[in-house]
Amino acid sequence: MCLAVPAKIVRLEESGQGTASYMGSEVRANFSLVPRARPGDWVIIHAGFAISIVDAREARETLRLFKEMAATDRR
Amino acid sequence: MKELRDPAVLRRLLDEIGAKAGLLRRTPRLMEVCGTHTMTLFKHGLTPMLAEAGVEMVSGPGCPVCITPNAVHEAAIAAVTRTEGLTLAAFGDMTRVPTRKGSLQAAVPAAGSRLRIVYSPEEALDEARREPGRQVVFFGAGFETTIPGIAYTAKRAAAEGLRNFSILPALWLIPPALRAILDAGEIAVDGFIYPGHVSAVIGAAPYEFVARDYGIPGAIAGFEPGDMLLGVRSVLDQALAGRAEVALEYGRAIGREGNAVARALMDEVFEPFDAVWRGLGKIPGSGLRFRAEYAGLDAGRRWGMAAETAEMADASDLAGCRCGEVLRGVIRPAGCPLFSKRCRPDSPLGPCMVSFEGACLIHFKYGPVRRARS
Amino acid sequence: MTKISLELGSGGRLMRDFLAAKIVPAFRDPLLGELADATHLPGGIALTTDSYVVDPLFFPGGDIGTLAVNGTVNDLVVAGAEPRFLSLALILEEGLEAEVLDRVIGSIRTAAKRARVRIVTGDTKVVRRGQGDKVFINTAGIGRTVARPRLERVRRGDKLILTGTLGDHSLAVMLARGDFGLRSSVRSDCAPLVFLLPLWRAGARWMRDVTRGGLATVLSELVERLPYPVLIEEDAVPLSRPVRAASELLGIDPLYMACEGKAVIVAPAAKAAGILARVRRHPLGRRAAVIGEVQDRVGRPGELLLRTAAGGLRLLEPLTSELLPRIC
Repeated sequence: MCLAVPAKIVRLEESGQGTASYMGSEVRANFSLVPRARPGDWVIIHAGFAISIVDAREARETLRLFKEMAATDRR
Repeated sequence: MKELRDPAVLRRLLDEIGAKAGLLRRTPRLMEVCGTHTMTLFKHGLTPMLAEAGVEMVSGPGCPVCITPNAVHEAAIAAVTRTEGLTLAAFGDMTRVPTRKGSLQAAVPAAGSRLRIVYSPEEALDEARREPGRQVVFFGAGFETTIPGIAYTAKRAAAEGLRNFSILPALWLIPPALRAILDAGEIAVDGFIYPGHVSAVIGAAPYEFVARDYGIPGAIAGFEPGDMLLGVRSVLDQALAGRAEVALEYGRAIGREGNAVARALMDEVFEPFDAVWRGLGKIPGSGLRFRAEYAGLDAGRRWGMAAETAEMADASDLAGCRCGEVLRGVIRPAGCPLFSKRCRPDSPLGPCMVSFEGACLIHFKYGPVRRARS
Repeated sequence: MTKISLELGSGGRLMRDFLAAKIVPAFRDPLLGELADATHLPGGIALTTDSYVVDPLFFPGGDIGTLAVNGTVNDLVVAGAEPRFLSLALILEEGLEAEVLDRVIGSIRTAAKRARVRIVTGDTKVVRRGQGDKVFINTAGIGRTVARPRLERVRRGDKLILTGTLGDHSLAVMLARGDFGLRSSVRSDCAPLVFLLPLWRAGARWMRDVTRGGLATVLSELVERLPYPVLIEEDAVPLSRPVRAASELLGIDPLYMACEGKAVIVAPAAKAAGILARVRRHPLGRRAAVIGEVQDRVGRPGELLLRTAAGGLRLLEPLTSELLPRIC
């Protein structure tokens, strides 16, 4: 019940609606649940609503961790 | 995020998990309670790999389609087949459940009525705005991930004074269900993998009772295979250290505090009540219904389905269907005598075989590795 | 079943059961009973027919007119016939704008030229407003038999070649409907597969165009009639970026999404590389790939299996009902 993807906010409108970009496609979503989000932020979008703002630093850290694991494995 | 699917990384994590599991006194059994987690495990073949590493994975009631009693599905069918000029908007997942009245998808709508699959409740609201002469009923089903969006939609409808919009609610809360499963004591669970996106809304606190009162470790995990293995590893670490807590292994996407704005909205529009779950029976505080101020939006009330939905005494599973036990993690799909014999994806006898997130369908599709008969 | 449901039309198992229960027994004709895409008639000609009811009429990459020509042309090609002539029957709804009809007819003309078929007969009817959805089109196609593919000739070790990316048509139509608030650069892949005709002489054993129900449905129907399981490699299946994005956002599986200009070809192992090269030389076949094999190392006869990118194995079932976006 948790199908949601991380997408990058492209545009926010007054109404709370806006668009986010995911792999080159644009999706309309409602950002009212994440009032602190700004264009350029990554958010988790589920059923047309952004429910969480992605922590860019933590995301990079996770990726780095995994890249490291992949690299050391190939030694 | 393809690093999170890198087979070499997954292999390495599995090795670590295998080493840790080997140090425990008995094979740990971990329960996940999210259909999307079940899907990840199977799609990437993680369940057998984890079994080989000495960890048994069990699915709990993580599929909102499966746990919604047939009476509610039947109410939705009644709405679209009995009333003219009505749009029943629903998430795709909900429309194929077999009930005594067939499925929502197979139902033939009344004159001028139709079933419309939507991705977001806002699409239903938009239709109500665009077509004031048309009744629009949104079949709002989901867990805490989905509920805030539904609450927002309800609030907007009320604020805009829309007379032609209503919501048929099937809203379920995960933590009370966890408590019910633990109290039932039907199976021994050594650890939990908590649903990452439900947690995006509710945070980590609502699961703390599991660690505190039952001494069972758990980890909130994301949905890539790497995420889930991180979650499993964290649970084993806790077990080895004799610790029980709610670890957060999805920090990149969510915070321990969850989404307060979303929770406030849920709380404003809905109130908890003792809901009946298919297979689990009545669970205290486990469902949400409209508060009095918003009761005008309740489709059950508006369309006289209140009796059917309030009743919710679910005896309507087809004979022999053991979805309930599958949902409680008591048996695996293969433990149901109907599984893959009379109950198959093209002839499902219960929602667990119909829903994309149903354990039975997932087990059927992804099953154990099939070797040729030699 | 006392009333026809929309679900029946989605082309999956329900439709096939309907044909088997209601249509085939009513006519008891060995030529009909095969339920092939096109039927080879005595005299070296093949006949097919199809009706087109797409909504909306226009979508990125095509319209109901291009569909009406290419759909029928492709049924002939994959059945082993060179398309030559089409009939064109139009059912128009009262109130349809003439300009819309002009556009559709223009598309039909262009598509027919591209596919090198002639529209030689037809019919036009008008129904009362509300009794038809703007335009319904039926085309019947006649072709010259160039091959008589038989599933009995499929052998263990035969390869499966997919001529291009999956799901572009399905997504283009969804977006043109404004469904789901999604926008992307996707275009329908609606196109004639006439360029595949020479492959019959190059050794192709069997072909099917990947339409309603998607690749998984088409291959399920194939594998049902084979004594071997079929294994598909998920990694090898070509997908366009927009389809990948939409499938993750909406939870729709590209293996079940319809195309209108893609085919799957069964080729003997020794000929597969050559056939693949020929397909790739054509602009419509640039993304062609070998995606699987008829084999017996894994699985049981009649099973269609997918090896996932992570190395797991998954059973693919035919589509039983309409494709649905999910929240779960």
